[in-house]
Amino acid sequence: MSQPPAVEVHDLTVTYERRPVLWNIDLSIPDRQLVGIVGPNGAGKSTLIKAIMGLLPASSGWVKIYGEPYEKQRSKVGYVPQRDTVDWDFPVTVEDVVMMGRYGKMGLFKRPGPEDRAVVLECLEKVGMAGFAKRQIGNLSGGQQQRVFLARALAQDSHIYLMDEPFVGVDAATEAAIVTLLEEMREKGRLAMVVHHDLDSAREYFDSILLLNMRVVACGPTEQVFTSELLRKTYGGRLTILSDVSEAVAQAQR
Amino acid sequence: MRALALLALLAAPAWAAKISELEESGWRQQLERFFRFGDPAVVYALSRAILLGLVSGLLGAFIVLRGMSLMGDTLGHAVLPGVAAAFMVTGQKAMVPLMVGASLAGVLGTGAVWAVRRYSRLKEDAAMGLVLSSFFALGIVLLTRIQKSESGAQSGLDRFLFGQAATLGLNDVIILALVTVFCLGLVGLLFKELTVTSFDPVFAASIGLPVGWLNALLMGLVTLAVVASIPAVGVVLVSAMLITPAATAQLLSRRMPTMLAWSAVIGVLSGALGALFSFLARGMPTGPCMVLAASCFFLAAYLLAPERGLLIRAWRRAMRRHRTERENLVKSIYRSQEDRDGAEWITLDELARDRRESVSDLSGRVRGLGPLVIVSSDRVRLSDEGRALAERLVRNHRLWELFLTREADIAHDHVHRDAEEIEHILPAEVVARLEELLEAPTTDPHGRPIPR
Repeated sequence: MSQPPAVEVHDLTVTYERRPVLWNIDLSIPDRQLVGIVGPNGAGKSTLIKAIMGLLPASSGWVKIYGEPYEKQRSKVGYVPQRDTVDWDFPVTVEDVVMMGRYGKMGLFKRPGPEDRAVVLECLEKVGMAGFAKRQIGNLSGGQQQRVFLARALAQDSHIYLMDEPFVGVDAATEAAIVTLLEEMREKGRLAMVVHHDLDSAREYFDSILLLNMRVVACGPTEQVFTSELLRKTYGGRLTILSDVSEAVAQAQR
Repeated sequence: MRALALLALLAAPAWAAKISELEESGWRQQLERFFRFGDPAVVYALSRAILLGLVSGLLGAFIVLRGMSLMGDTLGHAVLPGVAAAFMVTGQKAMVPLMVGASLAGVLGTGAVWAVRRYSRLKEDAAMGLVLSSFFALGIVLLTRIQKSESGAQSGLDRFLFGQAATLGLNDVIILALVTVFCLGLVGLLFKELTVTSFDPVFAASIGLPVGWLNALLMGLVTLAVVASIPAVGVVLVSAMLITPAATAQLLSRRMPTMLAWSAVIGVLSGALGALFSFLARGMPTGPCMVLAASCFFLAAYLLAPERGLLIRAWRRAMRRHRTERENLVKSIYRSQEDRDGAEWITLDELARDRRESVSDLSGRVRGLGPLVIVSSDRVRLSDEGRALAERLVRNHRLWELFLTREADIAHDHVHRDAEEIEHILPAEVVARLEELLEAPTTDPHGRPIPR
C-alpha cells in the first residue's frame, strides 16, 4: 500500500465572518519538498494554512495529514505564524519562546526537562541565535524575531512545517538562513508549505508552487505552474467575481 | 429626597461602619493598635487586603498582558446589580448569596459584551463601556431602593461601592483565602498553558491547547477574584487592583515568573498599606487607599525602573551627551593642531577662535578634560590618552564619510553632520569592517588624512 500524501485537502470551503474566503479547495501534497503558496492579497493564503490546522471552522470538506485527521496528527505539524501577530514586548526571553515549541509534546501540567532545554539550545544554534537565548524578545530586530519563530517551529520536531510569510521584513542574512533551513528540511524528507509574496524568489526557492486566489488556480512543479497564463489567472481580474460573490453571501446573512 | 439619598450613597465613607470611631485617639495610638494585631477586626482587614492583593496581582498579570484591562473594569461594575438583587431576594447580607449574585451578574455582563460585539458593528471598547455603565446604573438604582426600604437601614451595602475592609468578619477572610488558594493552584498548574495562550493564541491552538477553555477559565478566575475582593475594595476601583500592580510589574520584569512575582508582591504591599491607611484615617474606605498605594508603586517604577525607568533613561541620555561634548572638545584640539601643520601646543585663544566661542567659556571646560589634556598657562596640548581618543574619533568620522560617499553615493557636502553623530557610537568591529571594505584608505572625501 502506498503512503498517503502528507497533506490532503478535499472540497474545503472556509468562511470568515460569514464571508467565504476559500472555495472548494482540493489538494494532495506529498512530502520531501518545498511548496510556495503564492497569490494576491486577500487570496486566502494564511487562511488556508490555518484551515489545514483546523484553526478555522470549515463550512465543508476535510483535511487529512498522512491519511489521518489533523487532531490525531498534531505532533507532525509545525507552525510559523506571521511575525506581527504577537506582542514583542511580552515578558519572555528568546529561550522561553522556543521552548513553547516543546509544549505540544510535553502535555498539560508538565514542566520542561533538561532534554527539552537541550533541544531548544540546539534549535537556537541552527538559526544562529544561541547567543541571544537569555534576551527579552523586545530587543530583537525583525530578522532575529523571525529566526526565533523558526527555532520554535524546529523545536516542534515535525514532519510538516506551515509557514506564514517568513521572508517578510527580514534582512538578507536571515533570508539566506531560512533558505538553508528549508533545504535541510527537504533533505530530511520533510514538507514545508510557505506563504510567499515575491514571485521572483518563489521561482528560485520552491520545488512546487500553489497558486491561490480564493480557490486553487494551479498546484504542481514550479516550472510547470509558473506560466504567464496561470499567473494571469491568479493575479488577473477574472477571479475578482469570487470576492464579489463572497460579499453578496456576507450581505445576505447580515 | 431621592437625590439626597444618592448623594449620601456616593459619599460612602460617611455611611461605612467604622471600627475606629469607637475610640477617639491620636494616630500614634491607632498605629500601635494596628501593629499589636490584637484587635480581630484589624487582623481580618489586613489579611483580607493582603489576600486580595495577592490574587488580583497574580491574575492581573495575565489580564494586562492580554490587553484586557478594560475587562476587569467592566466586570467590577457589572457585578453591582447582582449584589443588590441578591440582597433583595434573601433580605440579608450573607456573604455566599451576595457572591453568587455578583458572579451571576459578572458572567451576564461578560456575555453581554460578547453578544454586543458578535451581533453589531461595535468595537470591543464601546461594547464594554456600554455594558459597564448600564449595569452599574442598574446597580445604583437597586441599591438606592434598598437603602430607602426598612431593612436597608443597616444593610451596609454601600460599602460595595468603595469597599471597607474593616467591617469584614472571619467568614469573609476564609472565603477569600479559599479563592486565593484555588487561583494560585490553577495558575501554578497551568502556568505554561496560560503564558503561551496569552502570548500567541493562534500558535497555542495549533499545538492543540484548548484556547477557548483556557480563556474561559481565566475569565472565571478573574470574576471569582473580583467578586471576592469587592467588599474590601468596592466595585468602582476593583479593576485597579488587577491592573496597577501588574502594569508596575511589567516595567520591572523581563520574564513571566518575575512579572508574576512582582505583581503579587506589589499587590500584597498595596493591600497591606491600604488597610493600614484606612485604619489610621478612621474609616477612610479601604479601596481608594489600596489603589493609591498601588499607584505610588507604579509611579516609582515608571520613574526608577532599572532598564526602562524615565529618570534612568534621562540620566543615561545626559551622560551620553556629556561624553559627546567632551569628545568633541578633544577632537577640536586635534583639529586645531592639524590645521596648524601639526603644531603641538595650541593657545586657548586659537582654540576658541576655531570653535567660535569665548575663551572664558572654554578654559574651564578644557581644564575639565583632566588627563586627556596637558594645560600650561594659556596653552593646551593633548596627552597620549587624549591623542588616542581624538585619533579614534577622527578615524571613525572620516571612515564613515568615506563610506557614505563611496558606497552609499551620498554627496560630499551631505555627510559631515551625519558623521558627527556616528563617530561617537561606531563599534570597533564595524570600524574594522569599514576599513576592510574601503581597503584601508588614507584620506577622507575632503582630502584630509585618516589617522591609523
